[in-house]
Amino acid sequence: MNPRRLRAALFQAGLAAAVALVAWYFVSNTAANLESRRIASGFAFLSREAGFEIGETTFVAYGAADTYLRALAVGVLNTFRVAGIGVVAATLLGALLGLARLSPNWLLAKLAAGYVEVIRNIPLLVQLFFWYAIITENLPGPRDALQPFAGVFLSNRGIALPVVASWLPFSLEIPRLEGFNFAGGAVLTPEFAALIAGLVFYTAAFIAEIVRAGVLAVSRGQVDAANALGLTRRAALRYVVLPQALRLVVPPMTSQYLNLTKNSSLAVAIGYPDLVSIANTTMNQTGQAIEGIAIIMAVYLTISLSISALMNWYNRRVAMKGLRR
Amino acid sequence: MNGALAWVRANLFSSVPSALATLAVAWLAFKLVPPFIDWAFLDAVWRATDSQACRQAKGEGACWAFIAEKHRFIFFGTYPYDQHWRPAGVIALLLVLYALSAWRRAWHWWLAIVWAVGLAVIGVLMWGGVPGLPYVENGRWGGLALTLLLATFGLAFAFPLSILLALGRRSQLPVVRAFCVAYIELIRGVPLISLLFMASVMLPLFLPEGMTIDKLLRAQIAMILFAAAYLAEVVRGGLQAVRHEQYEQADALGLGYWQRTGLVILPQALRVAIPPLVNTFIGFLKDTSLVVIIGLFDLLTAVKVALQEPAWTGFGVEAYLFASLVYFVFCYAMSVYSQRLERGLAPDARPVLRTGA
Amino acid sequence: MRKTFTAGLVALVLAGTAHAQSTLDAVKGKGFVQCGVNTGLAGFSQPDSKGVWKGIDVDLCRAIAAAVFGDASKVRYTPLTAQQRFTALQSGEVDLLARNTTWTITRDTSLGLNFVGVNFYDGQGFMVPKKLNVKSAKQLNGATICVQPGTTTELNLADYFRANRMTFKPVVIEKLEEVTNAYFSGRCDVFTTDVSGLVSVRGSRAPKPDEHVILPEVISKEPLGPAVRHGDDRWFDVVKWSLFAMIEAEEMGLTSKTIDQALASKDPGVQRFVGASGDIGKMLALDNRWAFNIVKQVGNYGESFDANLKPLGFERGINALWNQGGLMYAPPIR
Repeated sequence: MNPRRLRAALFQAGLAAAVALVAWYFVSNTAANLESRRIASGFAFLSREAGFEIGETTFVAYGAADTYLRALAVGVLNTFRVAGIGVVAATLLGALLGLARLSPNWLLAKLAAGYVEVIRNIPLLVQLFFWYAIITENLPGPRDALQPFAGVFLSNRGIALPVVASWLPFSLEIPRLEGFNFAGGAVLTPEFAALIAGLVFYTAAFIAEIVRAGVLAVSRGQVDAANALGLTRRAALRYVVLPQALRLVVPPMTSQYLNLTKNSSLAVAIGYPDLVSIANTTMNQTGQAIEGIAIIMAVYLTISLSISALMNWYNRRVAMKGLRR
Repeated sequence: MNGALAWVRANLFSSVPSALATLAVAWLAFKLVPPFIDWAFLDAVWRATDSQACRQAKGEGACWAFIAEKHRFIFFGTYPYDQHWRPAGVIALLLVLYALSAWRRAWHWWLAIVWAVGLAVIGVLMWGGVPGLPYVENGRWGGLALTLLLATFGLAFAFPLSILLALGRRSQLPVVRAFCVAYIELIRGVPLISLLFMASVMLPLFLPEGMTIDKLLRAQIAMILFAAAYLAEVVRGGLQAVRHEQYEQADALGLGYWQRTGLVILPQALRVAIPPLVNTFIGFLKDTSLVVIIGLFDLLTAVKVALQEPAWTGFGVEAYLFASLVYFVFCYAMSVYSQRLERGLAPDARPVLRTGA
Repeated sequence: MRKTFTAGLVALVLAGTAHAQSTLDAVKGKGFVQCGVNTGLAGFSQPDSKGVWKGIDVDLCRAIAAAVFGDASKVRYTPLTAQQRFTALQSGEVDLLARNTTWTITRDTSLGLNFVGVNFYDGQGFMVPKKLNVKSAKQLNGATICVQPGTTTELNLADYFRANRMTFKPVVIEKLEEVTNAYFSGRCDVFTTDVSGLVSVRGSRAPKPDEHVILPEVISKEPLGPAVRHGDDRWFDVVKWSLFAMIEAEEMGLTSKTIDQALASKDPGVQRFVGASGDIGKMLALDNRWAFNIVKQVGNYGESFDANLKPLGFERGINALWNQGGLMYAPPIR
């Protein structure tokens, strides 16, 4: 073997050995520590009864007699609910803001620019606490709830909205005050409302910039050609600029969607029962911190990698040849 | 006069939708701005010895007296009251170091020495233990000083690590490449909060019994590992931007891998990477606020704890507006700097997209 | 360079597998006891306006310092929330946990802790605002209840409502200050924790204490006591017997004021206690004056209770001595 190859092989072997040694050191220490403190390990705790209640669930029912596995599943579904609604709302708001920034109307453009600059430079957690404080401190109790529209109640227990009970005949289920809280209709808890508000307003600012950059990146020649064809500004935007801009913005947009999903883990700070929050409670009740953190990281890693893989596939299929990096 | 009218016509009323938008914005401004000014300035309580005046004004006037009462706590945490000049000095010193690093004329190798000396002075000021400066354990550091320290030390240590990771990711050696890719993708795929939990809960288990690791150090390590992964991607972008010919020309000169990398490739790559680097620092400064979840006493934690005193509960809106203002001042300044830098360094390039978390 | 790196790693590995130091030796080496306490629960562990920690859990920490070092001030306090407390003890961040923690079998076994005893017998209750007109916990169906996560409170609450076929909405907030603020601001209808916590919070944090009532139902047993890590028998003995010394001192009638005269006592039991005869201190690897120092510098159990909990309205109740109708019983010190 030539000396250069040999050196490279030795270096890699050395590096692998060093990493393995360090890993073995940590693992053996951890095993020794767990043993001496007689902390259980393994995932057997997942089939044990959880014993605690969860404030809100998505699609599945949950009670304190259910297992830890089910509790964690509720957490994952809650995370998906926040991420799903957040992504849709943030995209809509962000696209509007991005287009507003490009508007010839000076007021709209400057307002949108101001919004983006302010929101992007304040930490998301501070914004979450701010929204949570507004909802819980400045709204009255359920018995004195505000009613901006008929059937909509704002109180420090959340926002109660009517839902469609049946489509034919069309009837709404209106929330009513029963005993301690509102029953019927859909109730958005303050935690959920604050989380959605914070995530949507924050991510929309970044999406606005992406949309703006995407629209600006469409080459000038395309816009000129559209004008030469006699298209109005709106038609040019709709048929020429936006479709091309959309292809450009997919990678950074996906990255923002991933960020929103990861940022939803901040729910643990305001008490919304997402995956991290429930895993945290589980870690405290069972003492098995390593398994809990492993579950959190595995779930998020799966989400990130699958969305990245999806995006790469889409990119390869759809991206224009000239703009591929 | 004509000029102003023409401007209004062109920018605010150029078309029917535009005119409608202008009117809608004007109406909203008319409805929302005066009550806000009333609440925030005219009816606000600026100074109070206790919270009674604030409670009476609740709903009508903001309680800025809360800030007046608690601002030292928010900036310096539980640092001993009579020694507050020390963290104040540290904050000032950090600002001077930032300003110096921002000045392009100062971009020489001796900047590293200035930083090393500066960080040493900061360590002495915060810990004390020398004659004239009583010892203050790092469990009592807090507030804005701690936020800036976490961010600065985090970035300082993450940066060299990120360069190694970026080089490793582009390496031809499969083991090195695999390791770097795995590290970067793993760290970037999980939320920062899980890394902070891992550091605060699992790191002590990794160490042999009897050896303990300080809570602040645990959080700092987690932030360094986190920042290194994101910075590695930024550096990799810079490495990709270095033209092909540079590698060949360095080879033609007979330079080895490390010489070529250190003397030719990296300086050019880092130059391109500086604007996104500053953007990453902005994101990093915002991310330090997450340590409130593991109980470390940074600026946001100090605000929360200040709110918990029974006399001052219920003024969360004012408190978080103030915290937002402090973060905004730092981040916006850096953002403006980054945009100017970008224009100065690569005026023809496409604007760098800030895709912070 | 690679050679030195590998050599350093091997040395680290060998050091790591070396014999583990016991907590008692580590504490003696450090020169102070690191005590995990509550972030601020009046009567149990709370810093006063000058930053001095006070409470019965704090007194226990000081007693241990007095026993080990002869100086009750050699303690440092780490405020811990309910979520942080067990990992802090497991990880070695604190030497013991004196944080009004309930003794349960799960915690005693799978969490890697050892409970040394009980310094306060308690139960879980509910607090509601008077204006809700609720007279019993059985009327709380559908209520919004504030509770802290990672506590037996959370689990007992779920059990009680299930057993009585009622439902509730939990509002889960970690920090005591935040959860009490949420309750007092009306975010939830009910606050639940140990009755001692309810009394303490109502007395110290309620804007109008008279507007809140503690419901009569006590739905669980909550024996609160200090805990240490598994696998550390010598430290376990020291902490356990420091607690028993305080209780035994009250039973013997020894207070911080009368302990000096007790040095000259002729009663053999008292002589053993203050270390005038026998070698009990040596058995614990402490000074023979260990119990004397505890009572002199901190006081006996009754004095600690009266100084910290009586002003908040607590009665001795089941926390009286066994021969006065309560449950406080210390094994003999001989």
